Amino acid sequence: MWRYTFKRLIQGIVTVWFIATATFFVMHFVPGDPLSDARATSEQIRKNLEARYGLDKPLAEQYYIYLKNIASGDLGISFTQQNREVNDIIREHFPVSAALGVLAVVFAALGGILWGALTALFRNRMPDIVIMFFVVLGVSVPSFVFAALGQLSLVTLNDWLGTSILPVAGWGSVQHLLVPSLVLGLGTMAFLTRLMRSSMLEVTGADYVRTARAKGLNATQIFIRHQLRNAILPVVTVLGPAIATITTGGFVVEIVFAIPGLGRFFVQSVQQLDYTVIMGTTVFYGGFLVFMVIAVDLVYGLIDPRVRVR
Amino acid sequence: MSAAELDFSPAERSTEAARIVRPSLSYWQDAWRRLRQNPRTMTSLVIVIGLLAFTLAGPWIWRVDPANQDLDQLSIPPGAPRSAFIVEPYRAWTRSAPVPGAGLRLAEEASTQRVRLVWDTREDSPAFEVFRDNYPPTATALGIPLGEVLLSDGLAFEDRLALEPTTYYYSIVPVDADNHLLMNARETIKVDVKRVITLEGARQRGLIAEDARMQVGDQVRLALHPLGTDYLGRDMLARLMHGARVSLFIGIVAPLLYVLLGVAYGSIAGFVGGATDQLLMRFADFVVALPFLLFMILFKVLFGIGPGESGIVPMLVALVILGWPATARLVRGQILQIREESYVSAARLMGSPTGYLIARHMIPNTLGVILVTLTFAIPSAIFTEAFLSFIGMGVAPPTPSWGSMSNEGIKTMLVSPHELILPAIFISVTVLAFNLLGDGLRDALDARMRSVE
Repeated sequence: MWRYTFKRLIQGIVTVWFIATATFFVMHFVPGDPLSDARATSEQIRKNLEARYGLDKPLAEQYYIYLKNIASGDLGISFTQQNREVNDIIREHFPVSAALGVLAVVFAALGGILWGALTALFRNRMPDIVIMFFVVLGVSVPSFVFAALGQLSLVTLNDWLGTSILPVAGWGSVQHLLVPSLVLGLGTMAFLTRLMRSSMLEVTGADYVRTARAKGLNATQIFIRHQLRNAILPVVTVLGPAIATITTGGFVVEIVFAIPGLGRFFVQSVQQLDYTVIMGTTVFYGGFLVFMVIAVDLVYGLIDPRVRVR
Repeated sequence: MSAAELDFSPAERSTEAARIVRPSLSYWQDAWRRLRQNPRTMTSLVIVIGLLAFTLAGPWIWRVDPANQDLDQLSIPPGAPRSAFIVEPYRAWTRSAPVPGAGLRLAEEASTQRVRLVWDTREDSPAFEVFRDNYPPTATALGIPLGEVLLSDGLAFEDRLALEPTTYYYSIVPVDADNHLLMNARETIKVDVKRVITLEGARQRGLIAEDARMQVGDQVRLALHPLGTDYLGRDMLARLMHGARVSLFIGIVAPLLYVLLGVAYGSIAGFVGGATDQLLMRFADFVVALPFLLFMILFKVLFGIGPGESGIVPMLVALVILGWPATARLVRGQILQIREESYVSAARLMGSPTGYLIARHMIPNTLGVILVTLTFAIPSAIFTEAFLSFIGMGVAPPTPSWGSMSNEGIKTMLVSPHELILPAIFISVTVLAFNLLGDGLRDALDARMRSVE
């Protein structure tokens, strides 16, 4: 187990290096000049600015400094917001995205497991058909439509009740979080429901379930102890990539609900060509995702003893 | 059954037993037979063909320029009435004759040219505030403030601000000497606004012929927009058709390209094997680890959009660069499996060259899986395009795409919901059709991946 963990961590670090390198070279070859705006009025000011951002050095040295800074956790200073460190920006905006994402993953996982188990229990009967109809809807409707619908229904609800029970947009309290994270998790929930359904159906036909039934265990016990526990395993494996989908998919929800998350900030910094912020955010997000996937895989090893051997 | 009925005499040996009655079906014939039996798949196939016809043949039949603005009909919903009455050109309001009646009332019939309101004096208020709303006003929300009328100006107000042929609720609120709004004393009336056009205007827009004999009070019909218009007065049907070209082009061509790339990459890795395989697949792992949407945006920036370009090609290239590894992994796995099959060994023993082996045995045997991957890749590419265009990182305006149309529509979703709903329906139906088609294809083509029913 330790050896496996160590190997995965090393792999993760190499992957982050690759992401950082790709980001560096992509950004370096982006047409346009980070200092082409009005600030660099004279030759001298321009030189000073280049020196400040280290742009006067050869490419290889810039790359070396960049890697060294990332290794020490320094992502640089923003180009457009004076003297603001990228680290500060991430520190300020990432917790918002993370809170939203975590809640969305929780919604998606719980919902997916619950609905998936239900559909398998009521296979080809009414609950199954109804839930699967919504699942098909869930994987086919783009997230911004869900976001718009969510917001619209909040407006209608608040209007109907005469008071504001849940805020329509913005940030600040748990109430602000509920609907956006539900909306954010819907697509993944639909996907997980589908997965859970087929996994449950597979387990239902398994030998150990038949044995349990033959032993005379009641249906509830078989369902909880034998079917559910085994059927959840494939759901856990895809949670890693699901976290990736949800955190990067947060852009839309953040924009529609006016949430000051990192995703919205990233889009904004791309529009303003704020090089250091773009690079810093990409590397940070990339690293976060890589290590989330590794963490999920390690947890999977704890849950399912069979993978630990490999 | 009695013993007498049992016949223990040997049966006649049949020569027909081994005869094959039904015609033998090839893999593809069998798959097609399965597909046809699945009503969901056939429905989605019809929808896909319909969408392609809508995209390719649509602009031929509905020859309206998607960039053309109809300024008389902004944000009109599908099926809105499009008749207009011809009126005299606008003339300043002289307010000569007193208007009969009491309270807040119309001085003349309301039209899109102007709405003229008059009301009665109040002792305590030297001024009045005028509001207009699209909805019945509540105690606190009266709509947009149009202006303040001082008593010295007379108790009348003329509204000419962007009038639409709908129903408005006009409110006047008296203002007291201390400049407080006396909300309790407000008055509201409902005004139905009639669409009008001047004779000159109708001629300029080509609604009537130059020499046509029309007079004030006659009706003319404005240009037809079967699915309404957007907030700039552009025809929704034309924009949806041209938007479909962008969305489906990216949605189909990008997966086609990256699946091909993935097949080539994966079959080389799988066939060559050894250290090359390890190296190639490690690289694929790295590309998979790149945060997809972030890098889509970065590549979009890298390939830059010049003025006048639509941004379709950068998005296509970015999708291809980031999309191929999944297919590569899948095909490599398949190739590794097939490589060990006996028919491949047999072909190799007979001296088949590598290229022949790949082209004749490997690719045809993985084609089913590849086709399924391709079908599932299309909806996800359509989603990606819609997503990027929605956050403003996709195709550049004025090129329409379903995603950018949704982006524009969501801003006015309360007032004119059709601008969001129509493109959203098109995206959803397309994605749904391709997803169902993928499910059906998988069931028909690949016995191992057959979904549990």
